[in-house]
Amino acid sequence: MSIWPELELVLPEVSKPARYIGGEGGMVEPEHHPSKVAWLLAYPDTYEIGLPNQGLQILYEILNERDDAVAERAYAPWVDMEAEMRAAGLPLFSVDTHRRAGDFDVLAFNLSAELVYTNLLNCIDLAGIPVRAEQRADGDLLIGAGGHCTYNPEPLADFVDFFVLGDGEEVVSEINAAISDWKRAGKRSRQSVLRALAAVEGVYVPSLYDVVYDGPALVSITPRFADVPAVVEKRTVADLAAWPYPKRQLVPLTEVVHDRLNVEVFRGCTRGCRFCQAGMITRPVRERPAEQVRTMVADGLARSGYDEVALTSLSTADFSGITEVVSATMDCGAGEVSVSLPSLRVDAFTVGLAAQIQRARRTGLTFAPEAGSWRMRQVINKLIDERDLYGAVESAFSQGWRRMKLYFLTGLPTETDVDTLAIGELARNCVELGRAHTKNPSVTVSLGGFVPKPFTPFQWFGQNTVSELQRKIFLLRDDIKRNRGVQMKWHDPKASLVEGIASRGDRRIGRVIEEVWRQGGTFQEWSEHFDYDRWTQAMDRHGLSVDWYVHRHRTEDEVLPWDHISAGLHKDFLWQDWRDALNEVGLEDCRWTPCYDCGACTGYSIEHIVASAVPPAGGSQGTGQVPTGYQPPRAVEVQLSGVGERASS
Amino acid sequence: MNPNQAPRTRIRLRYSKAGRIRFTSHRDVARIWERSLRRTGLPVAQTEGFSPRAKLHFGLALATGYESEAEYLDVDFKCADVAVPDVLDALVSVLPDGIAATGGSVLLPGAMSLQQAVTICDWDIELIDVTADDLAEWVDRVRGAATIVITRERKGQQITDDLAPQIRALEVGESTSRGVRLLATLGTQPRAARPSELLTVFEPQYRPVLIQRTRQWIEQDGARLEPLMVGAAPAQHTPVGVQ
Ligand code: SF4
Repeated sequence: MSIWPELELVLPEVSKPARYIGGEGGMVEPEHHPSKVAWLLAYPDTYEIGLPNQGLQILYEILNERDDAVAERAYAPWVDMEAEMRAAGLPLFSVDTHRRAGDFDVLAFNLSAELVYTNLLNCIDLAGIPVRAEQRADGDLLIGAGGHCTYNPEPLADFVDFFVLGDGEEVVSEINAAISDWKRAGKRSRQSVLRALAAVEGVYVPSLYDVVYDGPALVSITPRFADVPAVVEKRTVADLAAWPYPKRQLVPLTEVVHDRLNVEVFRGCTRGCRFCQAGMITRPVRERPAEQVRTMVADGLARSGYDEVALTSLSTADFSGITEVVSATMDCGAGEVSVSLPSLRVDAFTVGLAAQIQRARRTGLTFAPEAGSWRMRQVINKLIDERDLYGAVESAFSQGWRRMKLYFLTGLPTETDVDTLAIGELARNCVELGRAHTKNPSVTVSLGGFVPKPFTPFQWFGQNTVSELQRKIFLLRDDIKRNRGVQMKWHDPKASLVEGIASRGDRRIGRVIEEVWRQGGTFQEWSEHFDYDRWTQAMDRHGLSVDWYVHRHRTEDEVLPWDHISAGLHKDFLWQDWRDALNEVGLEDCRWTPCYDCGACTGYSIEHIVASAVPPAGGSQGTGQVPTGYQPPRAVEVQLSGVGERASS
Repeated sequence: MNPNQAPRTRIRLRYSKAGRIRFTSHRDVARIWERSLRRTGLPVAQTEGFSPRAKLHFGLALATGYESEAEYLDVDFKCADVAVPDVLDALVSVLPDGIAATGGSVLLPGAMSLQQAVTICDWDIELIDVTADDLAEWVDRVRGAATIVITRERKGQQITDDLAPQIRALEVGESTSRGVRLLATLGTQPRAARPSELLTVFEPQYRPVLIQRTRQWIEQDGARLEPLMVGAAPAQHTPVGVQ
């Protein structure tokens, strides 16, 4: 059953062979049986990136706890390994017991980024079945996908048998039941299992829908059968406390990203940052009880041997009683455990918290103001008062940090050069603050090109062109160049363009993805393998316009490729928020203020689970409450430019 | 109390590395040891500074993909009364599959570091695509050569070494189900000769499927000593598991 004897001969030839051996702490070597559905959970990127993925680990545990399922894991083999595997005739395999992909019933992918789409095709091909769903035989592996990218499943609709929307904890068991029936019936009819899956709430089976176009425009996506839902709703776990997973986080033998204990403290975010898809699609906020967080941290540290724990969420400083939880966590390891708080809002980073965190070890510090000017931050609804940023930076320098990273986006709606250059100003001021505490303070500006995402108020916005993004990046780079202490890194605007194609593309984009893959275009999120020309040429060859898919502003009445998918959010709420953005009107966090009826709670009869009835103390807190006496810079009048004339002034 | 003045114990541990975990790197193994020791809760000494780390001192690196019966590391503990059997017991349930602590001894203060002290290693190399006779012929040629010049790259520079004095013993071992074993003893000073380098001599066509380090030795006054025996504190601290 195991192909280890063959793999063993190949591994000495490849880089980082530990990627393929499994053997992690917490690994399961499940016993397969005809009565159990066998899942191969795959992450379509390298082991180092994929192993820490919490979504995949949660499903791995839940499935292996069931007595009618087994789950193992697979990751995309790096190019050298792929070449060896193809030469030796070895298929995609699990790292747990090194079984062939073909020995499983389901190959289910976690999709967290658009640039891995070609890797998904490559993994299906390595598994030994046709990449196009329509060509698969009745008993072939079922191909599934979940994760944030599935909120626009259309670009992968031709390759994936079923998509799962939203939280996977509950729905995975319902899916398992449907597949179990099919397996018991001898896997005779693929149609029957697809129909059964489509009946599970939260599951989208793209082959059961007809797509109608009118020239370049999408007219409709409608179910072909009466019992297939016209709109597929996402799944939401009402109470995170019921799902204290992963209980046995995998501890890898080799180094991976986020190589530490990760404990999710809450899911969802209602800060309402308008560029942030993760915040919009995971509403409402569901906090884990502080007591459960403490138990998961203590147990996790004891069994893993890690000396670092990350309290994860989309904005961890918003967790009720965060200071107490951090303090309790530090005490766990007798002062030898460090805590990292990813996605830390600047307005919550106080001297007290800074002092807590650096008790054991000073980890890297990153803040994400996202935009340089107050006006721009109103547009994107990231309402951070500059003084809060400076306060946080001051706290950090005073507690001994010497360097920090600031994240910004460029290419945002209504952005002018004044906004772009304001980023440089912020960074310079931060370095100045540092000089009072250290000789060589250093601030790194990390600049990403903005890619509009489905189910955000910016889903109608025409993305900046590559040349416009490049111009803004260089404008800022030249402005910053003369300043000692300020460094700048940026994301390749060409990669942002390709991300844009996949992010809001429709089903026709699948041909482009397939062509890029057929030409060997895997690992596109790795700069050494990214090939821009392959993408634009493939678009041309299939008669698809980059300008139409990426740079065009959408209209209110336009049918969007994800209109038959629901993240709970009402389309008119998002449209109103888009108009508010253009009018530079901020929106307060509904966690602590009245509901706007966006749909995320109201549509599913659930609500926020937040221990504290008031926002965390101190700072503007992003609640839209600009502190009295604060004079925002006078708003610059900007109009949204029409298609093809994005300001290059 | 200033932690630098606290009583310390340095314990030398021997461990094996085998099975799929052999594809982890030296660096990976160091991290595995750090996590495993933390899980035991034993009082391992920490470095000072902003990023405290456990005070572990590793011996010669083992190449990724090789197995070993005899790897060593020295661990500093921050108190005087740590007993080797207790450390070995505590490690049993925390080390991952494929790594096992097989012996240990308390070192005297001032004992030479592993990297300096070890002078030779024994290797067991399983080769395929070769017969025992062909291998014996190759062994004779290698043993008969007065000098064996090998080139390697270091920081972009081509460096040549003479491998001959480093080959301290070489012989054909038993046949296996897959091929034949080659037994070699290679010197480690001033730079450790590698089995992979040995296997380039006279460009043989066969390849290794498994390379295992079986022993490490410290040569002292003409005698070969197991690293657990050198610098070990006598009397109340009897070394455990000496080979
Ligand atoms: S339904 Fe209301 S309370 Fe719930 S996330 Fe939307 S606006 Fe907030």
